[in-house]
Order: sequence, then structure tokens, then C-alpha cells
Amino acid sequence: MSESEQAPAPDAVPETPRVEVRDLTKRYGSLTALRGVNLELHAGEIVGLVGDNGAGKSTLVNIVAGALPPTSGSVLVDGAEVSFRTPIDARKAGIETVYQDLSLAPDLSVWANMFLGREQVAAGPLGRLGWLDRKAMMSRAGEDLDRTKIRIPSVATRVGRLSGGQRQAVAVGRAVAWGSRVVLMDEPTAALGVEQQARVAELIQTVASQGIAVLLISHNLPQVYEICHRVVVLFRGEVVANLRPSEVDIDDIVGWITGSAVAARRLHG
Amino acid sequence: MIGVSVSNQTQEVPPAERSQDAVPAFQRFMERIGAFWTLGVLILLVVIFGALAPSLYTKAAWLSTSSYAVEYLILAVGQTFVIVTAGIDLSDGATLGFAGMAGALLMEHMLNSHSSSTLTAIAGIAAMLLSGAVIGVANGLLITRIKLPPFIVTLGTLTAVGGFTNLLNHGTEITTLPTFISNLGTASVLSGWLPIPVLIALAVAVVFGLVLARTRFGLRTYAIGSNELGARRSGVRVDRHLVMVYGISGLLAGLAGLLVTANFSSATPIAGANDELYAIASVVIGGASIFGGRGTIFGTVIGTAILSVLTTGLVLTNVAPFWQQVAIGLVVIAAVAIDRVRTRVGTD
Repeated sequence: MSESEQAPAPDAVPETPRVEVRDLTKRYGSLTALRGVNLELHAGEIVGLVGDNGAGKSTLVNIVAGALPPTSGSVLVDGAEVSFRTPIDARKAGIETVYQDLSLAPDLSVWANMFLGREQVAAGPLGRLGWLDRKAMMSRAGEDLDRTKIRIPSVATRVGRLSGGQRQAVAVGRAVAWGSRVVLMDEPTAALGVEQQARVAELIQTVASQGIAVLLISHNLPQVYEICHRVVVLFRGEVVANLRPSEVDIDDIVGWITGSAVAARRLHG
Repeated sequence: MIGVSVSNQTQEVPPAERSQDAVPAFQRFMERIGAFWTLGVLILLVVIFGALAPSLYTKAAWLSTSSYAVEYLILAVGQTFVIVTAGIDLSDGATLGFAGMAGALLMEHMLNSHSSSTLTAIAGIAAMLLSGAVIGVANGLLITRIKLPPFIVTLGTLTAVGGFTNLLNHGTEITTLPTFISNLGTASVLSGWLPIPVLIALAVAVVFGLVLARTRFGLRTYAIGSNELGARRSGVRVDRHLVMVYGISGLLAGLAGLLVTANFSSATPIAGANDELYAIASVVIGGASIFGGRGTIFGTVIGTAILSVLTTGLVLTNVAPFWQQVAIGLVVIAAVAIDRVRTRVGTD
């Protein structure tokens, strides 16, 4: 990927971030998982969140996704402070999460997975009894997947029949389809082969190009380096670096993750 | 290279690409014919037993077979919902017995205190349905609130409810019932070809079949059985849903209790004993996966029909009754084995 394609330089525009995290701290008893974390996600931006195991990545994502309450600090969506009690609250605010395990029901069709929990019912009295408008959901699921350039044999296919990459695509497609402002992705390519990883990377870029902010948690540093506009490094619960891949080496990122760069900074400056 | 990295994955992302090329032809064949193999087995049974005992094709044989199937079909419909959520309801037979006795006891008391026959029948029917539903909801609450495995909870209620049933009337049957109840058991339509209990059982199958296949409630039932955590994250209120599913199973057990009581014009504490095994067998033979996420009411109807035809057929061909039990047990094992072969292809 060339440099010119890489950065639309989102911070050049003084717009309100889609999601902003301010001075976020999370403690479990005496253990501090996050310490005064600040983070901004702008529209159309792909931000990589990296760090060693236990650095606090999952805690941070879980708080933004509404699955965990913070100990202190705040989360702002489009400039307004929010307080999520459940992931459903976060979803209503336009924050969708693609979980590491994808959270799909293998026995259900693609369309049913996309609409689960937000099913469309038929008009009239039958609809009030919960009668599904299957046709409408199928055609909308098809359109939504087309928009994200996801190719699935048919929206009526059982998810259990799909390949790993296709499932990934359905999970991402579902997150994007709900017109969300922000998509949080937890290790979206961990389970995939090389070719499928590339396809998901493309999909993430398509998503961002539609104005959605993407927070990408990944251990796959080459991929993070390639597709992210910014890389935020967590080290022992703190943000230690906020880097632009266009300005640093991949080895620099590794240095921040392992803490050697942190030590060097403390030593020299 | 890609194949290696994908197959190293254990659960979440199975190598579905393989299913197109590397899956044995036999497995692909099994998956394609899907649940319809059970329909084939049913037809085969009818043909074979019909050849051995032509009396299978008589009105008497049809009436005995279909009436025999009524209680199993109604229980199996509720059981299908439960099994699709990856649960099990071992208590539905015991609930049937309790509901029948509880309703009959109420009706006996009302008749003895000179209540009108109509009012008595209505109260008795309501008591049966309600007591069944209450036991089902209790199962659901124990499973979701205390987070106990369905197998243990319903095994417990199976035993406890069985005890209560005997306590109701000191273990003896109740025969003082309004005439409406016994008429319900003997009435029929289509010049005697369609007994009312059979009609009710079929109506239950159609209504709940549509609920499972075509409504939001049904879709969420499958979703819970297929990926409970995923359903939760999607906003499905899983606990409330499971309570309703076990409530449906109990309600239908209450209805079955009514029809069994009507059929014999009496309520006995041993009614429904071991019925849960036949209900579960019907569901599994009908193609539902005991691991949840799969199963249809259509399949369950076929499964119940297979067991009933098998029973009638073995009687008509003068096979000793004990062999029926053996045959049904073997059919259940065969059905699960075939399910394993089928599911190995599609999902994990």
C-alpha cells in the first residue's frame, strides 16, 4: 500500500470525534487495568489498538462497547457524554462490535444473523404476534452486504456452511449495516488464513471509506501497520504512544509494545 | 498453507471451504436429503408393515395409531422448542400426570358440591393448562435464575411432581368427571375418521410449527440454541425467552393431560409416566439436534408418526410387546447416529 493512499489526515479537520474517551480508568480491586486513557476516533479513521497481553486492550474495548462500566472517566459519542449499561445501549448509540468469536449463530441463515435482535415483522395484526417479514429482511441483508462488497452465495445460506472469511465478512457486514458510527473489531483476522486476512483488511478499508470510525485490535502488526491511519499503543494500562505508520517503523511500534521504548523515554527524556 | 492455518482453528471458524471438495460423498448426500430421510423411513415402515399385516390399512388401525400418538405429539411439540434451545425437559410426562390429576380433583370437588357441569369442565380444563404451565415456568426459572443444567432441574421436577401427583388423591384415580370431558375424548369429525383429540394435536402442531418457523419468537429460539452468548449480545432476552419455552412445554403437557383424562374418562396418577422418553425420541428421530439450534415441528410430527406406526405395526404382526421397547430404543440410537453424520458436515 502506498503512502498517498494511507492517510486522509483526519486530525487536519477540527471535527468532533465520533467517539472520545477521556481520562478513563478501570480498577479491579487493587489491580489497575486502565490508567487515565485518552483516545479519539474520527469518522473514516482506522485506529489500531495494540499492546501486549494484559495491556488493557480488551478492557478498553469492553468499556466502549458497553460491556464493562469504567471506574472513572468518560466516554463521549459525537461530543455528548454517554453511560452504557449494556452492549445494547452502545449499539443504540451507533457503536457496533465485531467480537473475536464473531458472535454468529451457525444454524441460522445469513439474513437471520444480520437481523437477530432487530427482526423486522410483517405489517398488520400478524406482525404484532411476531410474524417475520422474511422477504424484506432477506433483500435488505443482500443490499447491505453488497454495499460492503461482501460476496456470499446467498443470504439464505446457513452461516455454518460459510468459510471462515465469509463468516468474518458477515459479522463485519452486520456491524456496518446498522448504520453505525463506530465499529470495534477484536482480533478480526486471528482465525483466518493469509488470503482471507487480506480480504478482511480490504473490507475494513471499505467500511472506513464510508465514514465509519474503526478501532482495530490486533496482534497482527504488519496488518495494523499497513491499514491503520493511527496506532495507539497500550502498555500496562496506559497509552504510551500514538503513532502514524507513515512516520515510524514497524520496529518502533514493537518497541512501544514491549516497553523498551517506554524505558528509553524515561531514561532519556 | 491457508488450509493448515484454518484447520488449526478448533471451534469458531471451521474449514467450510473443505465441505465443498473434501467431504465424503455419503455425508454430502445425507446433508442434502436433510430431514426428509425420516419421511422416507415412515413411508417404508407403512409399506413394510402393510405388506406383513394388511389390517394396517383399516380405519381401526388408523384410529388406534393416531389416538396413541396424540399425547406423544403434543408433548413432543413442546419438547422440540426446548431441545432447539439446547435444553431438555424430562418432566413433561410427569407434568401431564399432575395436570390431569389436579384438574380432575378440582372437577370432582366441584361436582360433589353441585357446581354446574359446564362451569366445572371449564374450571377443570383451566386448572390443567395452568398447572402445567406453572410447572414449566418453574423449570425455566430454576434453569435461568439459579443457572442449573436443564437435565438436572427437570429430572428433579420429574421426581417431585410425580410425588405430588400421588399425594393429590392418595395415589388413586379419579373418575367423577363432567360428561363434557369424556365426550371430548370420544367425539370425532369426518364420519369418525378424525377424533377430536387427534384434531387438537394436529392443530397444536400446525400453530406451534408456524411459531417456530416463521415468527420472531421461533427465530430467537433457534438463535439461543445455536449461540446463546451471541443471542445475548444481539439483544435477545435469553433468560426470559427460556422461561417462556419451558412454560410452553409445561402448558402443552397440561393440554396432553386433559386429552389423556378425556380419553380414559378418568385421571390416573400414572398417566404420562415415561412419556418424556417417547417425546424426546420423537423429536430426535424428527431430525432435531440435541445440541440445539436445529429441529422442526414437521420433523417431530414425522418422528411421532414413526414411533406410532412402529408400535401399531409390531402389535399387528404379533410381535411380543417387549420387542416394541427394544425396537423404539434402537430407532432412537439410529436417529442420533444419522444426525451425527449429517451435522458433521454443516456446522461443528
